[in-house]
Amino acid sequence: MRSTDKSSILKLHPNILLGSKAHLTIVLTIFAQLFFLPFNALAQENTDNAVILEIAPKLSDKKTRNSALEQLIASDAPMSREWLIALLDGVLYLRKSDSLPVFAEKKGKSFKIVNASNGNHEGEAGRREVSKIKINNAIRGKLRAAIASISLKDDDVEVRLQAVKTMTRSLNDSDLAAISEYLPEESDKRVQKAMQLALNLADLSDADDQIIIDAVNAIGINTDDTVTQKLRELSTQTEAPEVANAASESLTVIEKRISLYEKIETLFFGLSLGSVLAMAAIGLAITFGVMGVINMAHGEMIMLGAYTTWAIQTVLPAFIEYSLFIAVPAAFLVAFMVGMIIEILVIRHLYGRPLETLLATFGISLILQQTVRTLISPQNVPVSNPAWMSGLWEIDPALSLAINRVVIFFFCLFIFFTLMWLLKYTNFGLKVRAVSQNRQMARALGAKSGSIDALTFGLGAGIAGVAGVALTQLSNVGPNMGQAYIVDSFMVVVFGGVGNLWGTLLAGLSLGVFNKLLEPWAGAVVAKIVVLVFIIMFIQKYPKGLFPQKGRAAGD
Amino acid sequence: MKPRSTFVHVICATGLCLASAAATAADTIKVGVLHSLSGTMAISETTLKDTMLMLVEQQNAKGGLLGKELEAVVVDPASDWPLFAEKARELIEVNEVDAVFGAWTSVSRKSVLPVFEELNSLLFYPVQYEGEESSKNVFYTGAAPNQQAIPAVDYLEEEVGVERWILAGTDYVYPRTTNKILEAYLLDKGVAAEDIMINYTPFGHSDWQSIVSDIKKFGSTGKKTAVVSTINGDANVPFYKELGTQGVSAEDIPVIAFSVGEEELSGIDTAPLVGHLAAWNYFMSVETDENDEFIEGWHKFIGTDERVTNDPMEAHYLGFNMWVKAVEKAGTTDPDAVQAAIIGVSVPNLTGGLSSMLPNHHITKPVLIGEIQDDGQFDVVSETDGLVAGDAWSDFLPDSKDIVADWRKPMMCGNYNVKTGKCSGQNL
Repeated sequence: MRSTDKSSILKLHPNILLGSKAHLTIVLTIFAQLFFLPFNALAQENTDNAVILEIAPKLSDKKTRNSALEQLIASDAPMSREWLIALLDGVLYLRKSDSLPVFAEKKGKSFKIVNASNGNHEGEAGRREVSKIKINNAIRGKLRAAIASISLKDDDVEVRLQAVKTMTRSLNDSDLAAISEYLPEESDKRVQKAMQLALNLADLSDADDQIIIDAVNAIGINTDDTVTQKLRELSTQTEAPEVANAASESLTVIEKRISLYEKIETLFFGLSLGSVLAMAAIGLAITFGVMGVINMAHGEMIMLGAYTTWAIQTVLPAFIEYSLFIAVPAAFLVAFMVGMIIEILVIRHLYGRPLETLLATFGISLILQQTVRTLISPQNVPVSNPAWMSGLWEIDPALSLAINRVVIFFFCLFIFFTLMWLLKYTNFGLKVRAVSQNRQMARALGAKSGSIDALTFGLGAGIAGVAGVALTQLSNVGPNMGQAYIVDSFMVVVFGGVGNLWGTLLAGLSLGVFNKLLEPWAGAVVAKIVVLVFIIMFIQKYPKGLFPQKGRAAGD
Repeated sequence: MKPRSTFVHVICATGLCLASAAATAADTIKVGVLHSLSGTMAISETTLKDTMLMLVEQQNAKGGLLGKELEAVVVDPASDWPLFAEKARELIEVNEVDAVFGAWTSVSRKSVLPVFEELNSLLFYPVQYEGEESSKNVFYTGAAPNQQAIPAVDYLEEEVGVERWILAGTDYVYPRTTNKILEAYLLDKGVAAEDIMINYTPFGHSDWQSIVSDIKKFGSTGKKTAVVSTINGDANVPFYKELGTQGVSAEDIPVIAFSVGEEELSGIDTAPLVGHLAAWNYFMSVETDENDEFIEGWHKFIGTDERVTNDPMEAHYLGFNMWVKAVEKAGTTDPDAVQAAIIGVSVPNLTGGLSSMLPNHHITKPVLIGEIQDDGQFDVVSETDGLVAGDAWSDFLPDSKDIVADWRKPMMCGNYNVKTGKCSGQNL
């Protein structure tokens, strides 16, 4: 029955069960493969697919959809798996005119539709001509389980692994039978391990005490949720003392391990928050720290960088994956230019008058916010995460790190060291340091303090713009986003010691970790207050921050 | 007030004041629009300003009101709470509007409340709120907690089988009061105290790593767990992003939100959110003729069919139509006459029923639970059988369960204790 052509349809995207991120690609794969499918192969299968054709209208009716779904899952029609996947991805539609089930791909304002039973192109359909077969969470769960049980033989390791994991969450007899059938043929170590775990977990529910104890030993130290739940059950509810003992012994070890991982996780959370704080503050460390300008529009430079990312993704929708690489230099340039303009038009005339600078830059920040609100939209704008920056890096079932956070952490270090290099080892950096230390003397030695001030301010603004690019991956992009970072940025710079870049980095990281250590027992609100109180007290004692400038660099 | 009135006299003596006031008062009925067009709340409130302009335009196309043209007076309170009170006073005293539609946050409503009571004008407030209030001068067209929070929890418990609850909210009055009501309600239903986790975060909270990790841990005991979210505004996007990043799917731990609607979703990539829930009284995806017409009118007015509609917009639609009907019934825009006439007025809502103004100044509404779809719309998964009457004073809080509000004669009280038979002024 299954021709070679058919199996090519079945070779779906590896991440089929990994969650919605990957779904778009899956959908595209289905489409691509359907289009290239020779028609004779499909014609032959039309008869088998007739069963599911009848199911389709029932699926869209809320009253009959549960029974229809059972029917679809039970059906061995060749297309049933595609249907299950299409249903899960929300691309299965009914054409309103003749109730024909179709796979629909959104193309601008209309849909490109493909007959769902034989893969024939049906041309395009308007938004109102097709209606989506809607599903809810309960159905989504059933679909995932059903897809899992037919994915055990998939060619892709990740698909198989994910299938076993989905099954493990709620084991039933048919799944277990399938797992024990495929285990001997399985070649991948990780899948083998996951399968073995599923079988062992099933043994924990056995009637024979010895089998249970053997299973507990076989599982060993495993921090998976399902294991701890089951062991907890066994250790309290079993009548046989040996079983309870074995379970609780194993549980103690596992819980110790989990609590260790929790500590590592907290540290990671702290470092990640810290890297965001530090990144937002580095630009300010230049404008405020090095130049002494209280720049209240710093947050808006971050916002400009973020909007640049959005603009690039909007202009180049096909290059979402690479958009950040274009956005980083582009955001730097945009913020750099705006920063220069602000310096030349406003700040230049206010040196030595900190209060007026503060008010003027505050005004600029309001102007920039309202400009964005009026020109673009008062609403947030969507910025997509590229696939390479999403997902988790799973070190252990109880410890996984978000890839975007890891990337941002290293990106923060990258910005920091680039900036250090710029200030320490370039001619421009030398002049910046000279002007900030002693303006008169630097001028006397031939440094053009005016243009250097403008460039330095632009540099600080540009770096804030680059930080904005990174922040689009974590937070919203809207006219107000800068406001969220301005206070924190000042806090970090002051705490770290005005004028000291190392201080800014270390202050950011340590405040992040401190905050995350407090959060679990104090709550997010109190943690924030405690951090602020701590900084106030710290500044009382050490007015120059963690790393005060020494010698001539201290200026006054 | 002496100096000011002298000043007004001086101005009027020049002849300017009399001329302008007389000219406008004669041909138009003025409607005040009090929504922030700048500052943090502009993100939500700008749309409501446009909605009001559309409703006024549509009413004028139908021939105005009492034979007169309607005129919308728009002011910008700039997300600044004291400025709300100032602008409200300006609308009533300087512009002489007959009714005001506006405010979003509870704090802005509390800030303008004394102004409306002092000057005896009318405010239509379109946003879901925490209840525990009923003013003679305010009409609450958004949901009270029993029209949103309680049915949402019922749905999760009965249909989804949730046994463990996380009440997560932003740290201010609406989430605090709503969660207090929900906690009392859940304990009342027999949920154990250790199965409820309450978490508050600051406004605009952006780092959700540890909280989402806690939610995951709380939900890993094997009992079905759900998050009831009263997280406000900008904090939602990073929250949902973090849920997606840490792999919390709607099938494992569904999140039901009371402040996330179509408008909020239009600013984010909804892929990781599919299946999470929201409870509202209106969804753009509801298929009725009234809704189709409303959406069509909105797209025509705003000039693009990319814009979405949402629940507070429907609340303004209802409030405005009720006010129009009450003015027609009373034959005047006089606030006292309208207040008396509007109670019992019914207008069609956009979900296919009739909403009416209750004596406690709240309205009847259906409650819908929707699941987020990948196109940023909601698919209705549950709907209350009939309309739910808005309850000003929650029955689940010990302090307020004996209190009722009734603005009909003879009671005329927003805070009447049925046990002691005392009316403690309008508000506590």
